[in-house]
Amino acid sequence: MSNPLALIGRTATYLALSLAAFVSVFPFFWMIIGSTNTNADLIRGKSTFGDALWRNIEVFFASADMPRVFFNSIFIAGVGTILTLLVSSLAGYGFEMFRSRFREKLFGGLLLMLSIPFAALMIPLFILMANLKLMNTYQAIILPSVASIFIVFYFRQATKAFPHELRDAARIDGLKEWQIFLYVYMPVMRSTYAAATIIVFMSHWNNYLWPLIVLQTNDMKTLPLVVATLSQGYSPDFAVVMVGSIFATLPTLIIFFLLQRQFVQGMLGAVK
Amino acid sequence: MPALVLLGIFMIYPIIWSLWMSFQVGRGMQFSFGGLTNIIRLTQDPIFIRALTNTLIFLAVQVPIMLVLALLFANALNNPNIWGRGIFRTAIFLPCVTSLVAYSVTFKSMFASDGVINQMLLGLHVISSPIPWLADPFWAKVVVISAITWRWTGYNMIFYLAAMQNIDKSIYEAAKIDGVPAWARFWYITVPMLKPVILFTAVISTIGTLQLFDEPNLLTSGGPSDSTLTLSMYIYNLSFRFMPSFGYAATVSYVIVVLVAILSFLQFLAARDRRA
Repeated sequence: MSNPLALIGRTATYLALSLAAFVSVFPFFWMIIGSTNTNADLIRGKSTFGDALWRNIEVFFASADMPRVFFNSIFIAGVGTILTLLVSSLAGYGFEMFRSRFREKLFGGLLLMLSIPFAALMIPLFILMANLKLMNTYQAIILPSVASIFIVFYFRQATKAFPHELRDAARIDGLKEWQIFLYVYMPVMRSTYAAATIIVFMSHWNNYLWPLIVLQTNDMKTLPLVVATLSQGYSPDFAVVMVGSIFATLPTLIIFFLLQRQFVQGMLGAVK
Repeated sequence: MPALVLLGIFMIYPIIWSLWMSFQVGRGMQFSFGGLTNIIRLTQDPIFIRALTNTLIFLAVQVPIMLVLALLFANALNNPNIWGRGIFRTAIFLPCVTSLVAYSVTFKSMFASDGVINQMLLGLHVISSPIPWLADPFWAKVVVISAITWRWTGYNMIFYLAAMQNIDKSIYEAAKIDGVPAWARFWYITVPMLKPVILFTAVISTIGTLQLFDEPNLLTSGGPSDSTLTLSMYIYNLSFRFMPSFGYAATVSYVIVVLVAILSFLQFLAARDRRA
């Protein structure tokens, strides 16, 4: 079987994969290198470690009320993730488990709404928040994304693999519906929840456009907004920006590595 | 039920509201009914045409490149004989766990006129003088496209990998015994089996690209001379940066809705045709 053609194919595959892996990882490497150099060295494209890391961290922490900014980001992403998972998985569960005449029509309508871009909702949502007197609050950031159609869809797909006998057995044992959801469904769907956690947490943590619109005072700003502000202007201090980027990337990176195993499993369940 | 209520408040209500608003004219919070005024204004607005063209260019170039790359990588990494699968998979997936802001600013520093990308290309003698990446209309588009491709290829790859693991291995074994070469196994077995997932990623990527905002806003702020301005950025500028003109902005946003609807429909048609 090992003809020269196959050998060339294999070599090409490894080359392409290595190149892709290099290109994928290089910006991370650059972020880390950049954060240790002075801005002048970074702009010149110096690609070895420097000794300006502490100075850069100091400047970064002096650029805004950082404890407050970190708290805002963690609070919004944390509460947002828990609420989104709860509400959207409940909806996904409901769609698959309860039969009603309008189920498929309703679900089709939901999927259609998936294609309405955020840009179309931005202005009415903005005015809605202003009328509800919620501008510049945590609620204004979190509420619009709590019911995520994508996650509802994802949970419904995954729930198709959930054994109905398990639910029936639980009913016979006299469990209430909410108990079944809490004690039977949620533990069984652990890997689905893990994969969804990554996706949902990332979307809350990285959210940029909506907070940019809704948050107005500095004490409410989230990490991405601060990093973005630092990077604008004519001659931003990129070394300091890199420090901010690392802080903005670290939490999602950690969550990904913690949940990686379940993540692939969870995706598997959803695309069946 | 709570999900439906929330969706009702935060999706359906704004959708209807913005449809109504797209027929309003006026500045700030003062509206009056303007009929088709906004739609006529669209056709005569050079900035809108610019933003629309840019967005469609991004879509036409970036989505096919990204999906083909994702499919090829997924296929290579699905082969159990490839050494280091886990490492490659993690490396290629890694970009999608970065924050949009973080990677945009990192790219901005890498593509500075005397930044690391130019240094590397000069060092490898690919180019003889530095490319003004972010100051040239053409190269600025290239940077935006590379940035999005970098960020999202691994994301799509994971969908394909997951779907590939659901394909029955015995089909491949049978084909192998029949002497079907690897590329043909990929083209005639893998691709058709993945059709629903490919359609799904195509629709999701189309929607994502039509809404592009974060990357061009952070990398180039839409410049130079509006060459990377997207529809979403234009809507944002119309509503929140200049004198607010919500009605007209809502009209522009409905252009995106209509585009998404048309393109998704075409993609469904294409997928159905090939199956028949």
